[in-house]
Amino acid sequence: MDDDLKTIVVKHGLMSRLFSVIGRFTGWRTGFMISGMIIILMFVFIAITAPLLTPFDPTKGSSDVLQPPFTYIHIFGTDNLGRDIFARIVYGTRTILSILLLSTLISITIGMPLGLVSGFFSGVIDRILSIVMDSIYAFPSLLLAIVIALMLGPSPLNTAISIAFVYIPTYYRMIRGQTLSIKAQLYIEAAIASGTRTRKILIKHILPNLLPTLVVIFSLSAADAILTEAGLSYLGYSVTPPTPDWGYDLYVGREYVLSGYWWLSFFPGLMVVLLSVGFALVGEALSDIYNPRR
Amino acid sequence: MSELLKINNLKVYYFTLRGIVKAVDDVSLTLDKNEFISIVGESGSGKSTLAHAIPRLLRPPGKIVNGDIFLENENLTKMSDEDIRKVRGRKIGFVFQDPFTSLDPLVRIGDQIAEVFLEHELIDKKEAKEKSMKLLEEVGIPSDRYEYYPHQLSGGQRQRVAIAIAIALNPKLLIADEPTTALDVIVQDRIMDLMQSLISKGMSVMLITHDIALAAERSNKLAIMYAGEIVEFGAAEKIVEESLHPYTSGLLSSVPDLWSDKEVKSIPGNPPDLIVPPSGCRFHPRCPFAMPICREKKPPRINVNNRNIACWLYSEGVTK
Repeated sequence: MDDDLKTIVVKHGLMSRLFSVIGRFTGWRTGFMISGMIIILMFVFIAITAPLLTPFDPTKGSSDVLQPPFTYIHIFGTDNLGRDIFARIVYGTRTILSILLLSTLISITIGMPLGLVSGFFSGVIDRILSIVMDSIYAFPSLLLAIVIALMLGPSPLNTAISIAFVYIPTYYRMIRGQTLSIKAQLYIEAAIASGTRTRKILIKHILPNLLPTLVVIFSLSAADAILTEAGLSYLGYSVTPPTPDWGYDLYVGREYVLSGYWWLSFFPGLMVVLLSVGFALVGEALSDIYNPRR
Repeated sequence: MSELLKINNLKVYYFTLRGIVKAVDDVSLTLDKNEFISIVGESGSGKSTLAHAIPRLLRPPGKIVNGDIFLENENLTKMSDEDIRKVRGRKIGFVFQDPFTSLDPLVRIGDQIAEVFLEHELIDKKEAKEKSMKLLEEVGIPSDRYEYYPHQLSGGQRQRVAIAIAIALNPKLLIADEPTTALDVIVQDRIMDLMQSLISKGMSVMLITHDIALAAERSNKLAIMYAGEIVEFGAAEKIVEESLHPYTSGLLSSVPDLWSDKEVKSIPGNPPDLIVPPSGCRFHPRCPFAMPICREKKPPRINVNNRNIACWLYSEGVTK
């Protein structure tokens, strides 16, 4: 009897220790969240303090053409026109972050109200909007962005618009779905029962409850949007040279890789990956926190 | 006493894919001012549907297909959406079953009460806040809890907040849909005290419950619902004293009593399918006194001993 009890205690002790180790591993979201936030904040910091980080002008060439990286003067080397690649990356952060911010604002201001109205009122408006949004969603996103960018012509604003257009259906669909589920909550019915106006129900009771969803969609779609922007400028449909832009530098550097000048496209490419991974990490962590059943 | 609410031949159906669910079928009811009425019935008897139909809170596929609901001679079923919105909150307060989900988790409780004032009256935010604080005290919550969020309160406290929202504008009628089902018995008693105290302030209360003991203890009038119909309607004490309808008797004998050795009896069988309800009297398959006529013809509503009842047992000239 005593022996049995002992085995149970020992086993239980072992088990609980084992579980606590596994428990620590399930804290992966915290790790995702922190590392993602560090990456994003680092880029934001770089964008804000750009002139302090490098003495070079990202658009001005020099005679120091194709200098190798990791030297005291040019950390990431120089490109075919003798421009400091580090400076171009630092200022390129401003380009990509401002395009990202602008396109997200546009997507949200259009996608969210449409999703909200569609989800809340249902009926004919909902059917029509859903069909329109689904048909936009069905297009390959990069292709659609290229078509719009081509029509609008290259400029940061136009790039933001074409990226925004691609992500409107994403915001629309997620907000619509979430609105449908919030609408079914008892507190919405209770607000109706106390005679609250529909407009106020939307603004005061549904909108605040949508915010967590919005943050999740933002961070997940931002990762994609960065790749779309890089893709657009790689193909020459985004900002015009000599504006520093990661995607465009990647495109230019491509020609020099085979000649051994790998750093021209390596560093811009690395930054694109790093920033989109940063957003993806935060997005994954947040979406896991908000839908634990996923 | 003067009449407050009059429901005539109300029919509420749910148009589902399986068929038409006749949740409320030909219900007529009157409620006077300062009265406490309880609608008692099993799950699926249509009592909750009836309650939701009054301020037109039904959701699709539920629909009022027939009948009128008069509140102080205004026909609620014929009002425009904007007019019915003004009735909700101002003339009819509604308390829901589950206090854990009936308050918005992201809005301070005080602001949720103030919202009702701001929506229906021309007052500024400061005044609305003062009124809400007074109201919180009235329902038994210290006014310094104004800034609390719903998750910081217990179930009973949340239900008090929900009642405060419902009675904020002194509505004529308070409808409470099983307000105490999610709460424990002590809290239930206090909430019922609070609701009963509203009668003296000139309100009428309609309580929806499956607990006939609770209903009998608190209300003046009882309406017993079975399968979408009211089978017995009258003064609460009279019904408890001598129930006429076999279903009411069944309900009363299913109440456990700690102080006597009375056997607790359940009513055999299950509530009927309201898509295809039983012919004749809907209770006949479970009724111990069922007669041939019960299967064939619907019993008429008759008045016996100041009571309205639908049962063939009390109709004259029926061969038993």
